[in-house]
Amino acid sequence: MRNTRLPPDLQAAWDEIEGYARGYGLDFFPISFEVLDYRTLYEVAAFGGFPTRYPHWRFGMDFDQMIKSHTYGLSIIYEMVINNNPSYAYLLEGNEMTTQKMVMAHVTGHVDFFKNNMWFSHTNRHMLDAMANHAVRVQKAIDRYGYEPVEDFIDVCLSIENLIDYHAPFILRPESQTNVPVVEQEDEEQTVALGLPVDKPYMRGYINPPSFLEEQRKKQEAERLQARNFPENPQKDVLLFLLNYAPLERWQHTILEIIRDEAYYFGPQAMTKTLNEGWASFWHSEIMTKKAARASEIVDFAEHHAGVVGTSPGRMNPYKLGIELLRDIEDRWNKGKFGKEWDECDDMETRRNWNKKLGLGRQKLFEVRRFHNDITFLDEFLTPEFVLDQKMFTFQYNRDTDLYEIASREFQSIKQKLLFRMTNFGQPFVYVQDGNYHNRGELYLKHRHEGIDLRLDYARDTLRSLHKIWTRPVHIETVLDEKKQLWSFDGRDYSERRVD
Amino acid sequence: MADRVDRDLNRFRQIVRGRIKKDLRKYMSQGELIGRQGRRYVSIPLPQIDIPQFRFGQKQSGGVGQGEGDVGDPIGRGDGQPGQGEAGEESGGHAIEVDVSLEELAKILGEELQLPNIKPKGKQNIIAEKDKYSGIAQVGPESLRHFKRSYREALKRQIASGEYNPDDPIIVPVKGDMRYRTWKTTMQPESNAVIIYSMDVSGSMGTEQKELVRITAFWIETWLRSQYKSIDIRYIVHDAAAKEVDQQTFYHIREGGGTKISSAYKLTLRMIEERYSPDEWNIYAFHFSDGDNWGGGDTRECVELLRGQLLPKLNLFAYGQVRSLYGSGRFAHDLEEYLGNAENLVISEIADRDDVYDTIKDFLGKGK
Repeated sequence: MRNTRLPPDLQAAWDEIEGYARGYGLDFFPISFEVLDYRTLYEVAAFGGFPTRYPHWRFGMDFDQMIKSHTYGLSIIYEMVINNNPSYAYLLEGNEMTTQKMVMAHVTGHVDFFKNNMWFSHTNRHMLDAMANHAVRVQKAIDRYGYEPVEDFIDVCLSIENLIDYHAPFILRPESQTNVPVVEQEDEEQTVALGLPVDKPYMRGYINPPSFLEEQRKKQEAERLQARNFPENPQKDVLLFLLNYAPLERWQHTILEIIRDEAYYFGPQAMTKTLNEGWASFWHSEIMTKKAARASEIVDFAEHHAGVVGTSPGRMNPYKLGIELLRDIEDRWNKGKFGKEWDECDDMETRRNWNKKLGLGRQKLFEVRRFHNDITFLDEFLTPEFVLDQKMFTFQYNRDTDLYEIASREFQSIKQKLLFRMTNFGQPFVYVQDGNYHNRGELYLKHRHEGIDLRLDYARDTLRSLHKIWTRPVHIETVLDEKKQLWSFDGRDYSERRVD
Repeated sequence: MADRVDRDLNRFRQIVRGRIKKDLRKYMSQGELIGRQGRRYVSIPLPQIDIPQFRFGQKQSGGVGQGEGDVGDPIGRGDGQPGQGEAGEESGGHAIEVDVSLEELAKILGEELQLPNIKPKGKQNIIAEKDKYSGIAQVGPESLRHFKRSYREALKRQIASGEYNPDDPIIVPVKGDMRYRTWKTTMQPESNAVIIYSMDVSGSMGTEQKELVRITAFWIETWLRSQYKSIDIRYIVHDAAAKEVDQQTFYHIREGGGTKISSAYKLTLRMIEERYSPDEWNIYAFHFSDGDNWGGGDTRECVELLRGQLLPKLNLFAYGQVRSLYGSGRFAHDLEEYLGNAENLVISEIADRDDVYDTIKDFLGKGK
């Protein structure tokens, strides 16, 4: 059951930590803490941090897996916080005071980030209510149309929930079908290229030579063809396209829209994982070591902190990468290690002892937290020194030995790989290329191939899902083993064929 | 917010159950499950319960890590077989593991194979006495006094007699208010069962053959455990002579020499006579061999033993013949020929792992 109020000792700790955090200039929504037992905590975690979600089996699956991994001691959730105003954060009952304090400090970092990072600016700050509304709407659909049809449809929607435009500055609403303005076609639609206006007839041949006119004509032709495309330009928000044009029943439309809203809500958290966790870890470390931790608590704190930022060879820990890079930035801007002079200096000794005592570090950090997402963050601030210092490497799968092996310690390839994994936040770029393929109402998607192939088995099942929504044959153009391919599903059979 | 997740969890379990049921034949042919068996749960790997999405293939991509090591040093295993795997083909991906209780598994097995519930032998049921505290009485020992009921009686009496004062609610029970718990003795039928496994361990039974036996035995036990309260399991190995062994030895021992099946049947018989009176026990005997038997009339002796002594005592005698490179497979034919019409005898041939499913169905399909 909900503990709606903090016990006095935790309340006192929170008052103290909130004071420190505000003192550092962190600017966060009011935070409401609740202490939960581990089962309830995992329950909330399975729901993505929200107390109420629509019924769906995957929450049960996540819960099952989390509880199991908790029971075996493989993982522990200490804390969870949701992006909402006021923000809600959960503490695990029975944790020792040091841990709770660390978690509170960590949470102030997250909420500050939610509030101030520009990529979160379009997220719904009343998502708690929205999620509850979604649950009610889905439940209504279930009451009316039965559990299984609705569940099946949710599965279908979830299977394409990643096909949204993660970079969109704001979320477009589906158009109302009856409200598409019909633009009066003016007669200026010319079929003959006119060329530039000519005052003096004898200049005509010079200003508008035949080759130029021909070019103009072709351009017009292309534009006319383009205008007949549907959609006019490849569209990245596949879900929006489906909402606008797929033959959905009303309740299906509702559910697809709900899934899309939630995907957009969670999107920024995926785009800023490293920076956000780094920022929160930076602040829990700062607040705890400089202010909040008593002498008797410092060892416990160090142990927990080490657990949070621990590394393992096979994966990058976003907490670790984030906090180290932020510290590096602070150091560089404190010492003035940036700008033209710094970039052009190639004397190792001078570089090492570089210190212009600018003290701009903190200011720079706040700027970073406002404007950056993971990609821009790494692209701008990852340096060869940092990569060397952090012992970073790239690894590759070796088919002959069935082992993952260290491939390189070169800065460029590490940076490239790191950014690459994050491009589009680990999701493939998929566009709607043609909604009327072959003029037969078939849906033609295009995967912009950036070097990594799609998983064929998953892609097949996803096509099946798309077909359930679009109801006409669906295709996706992609690249497999460096060959351009078209994968299709027509409602009965899959086909894969090469295209050139 | 409490318990909301139970709704989804139950639904998830239901889905898992459906998947297992659908792929039961596949799971039954894997020895893997046995290794995953805990005391009460089996961990079942379920691939593809994920929601499919357009997603990157794993292997091609690699990633970035942190730590010591030179270029070329291995940092972790892949999940496939070295050197195998066609271009663009992905091996299962991350299967998740789901715990299923043995009872649940038996239930799935029963439903899917349409196994009839076993009717324990009628008159031989043992009756056990059991006390159950279910009643209330006005007399009894103080140690069984029911405080709440006694208090309620006293309260009722005081209110009825007007003694009760809401401002000063003091309840004083008198002797007549006291209530005590009482028990009832019920007779409960209790049915016990014993499984006696015999296996031919002569040279012609190889590792794969034993694995087949092991898998089959796992499913037999899963089912029978769901049908009986407690089960004894005994193991006999035989080549030319038979002896009793423990489970570990049973699956791993390897002897040379010839095969005399009658030796195992004799030992089974002796075990039953010594320990498991057919009046009190439901007895199951399973015998696995590759079908080779000593010439010189041993098969005849086996048939005699079965017909005359074993079959009347047993609920079920099941003979599973695993195919081996060397075995002639003659024994199954002989049994079929001489005892084919015996009601509690089942013969099944297990050629490979895929047959386990059908063998279990043969063995347990009779509802004995």
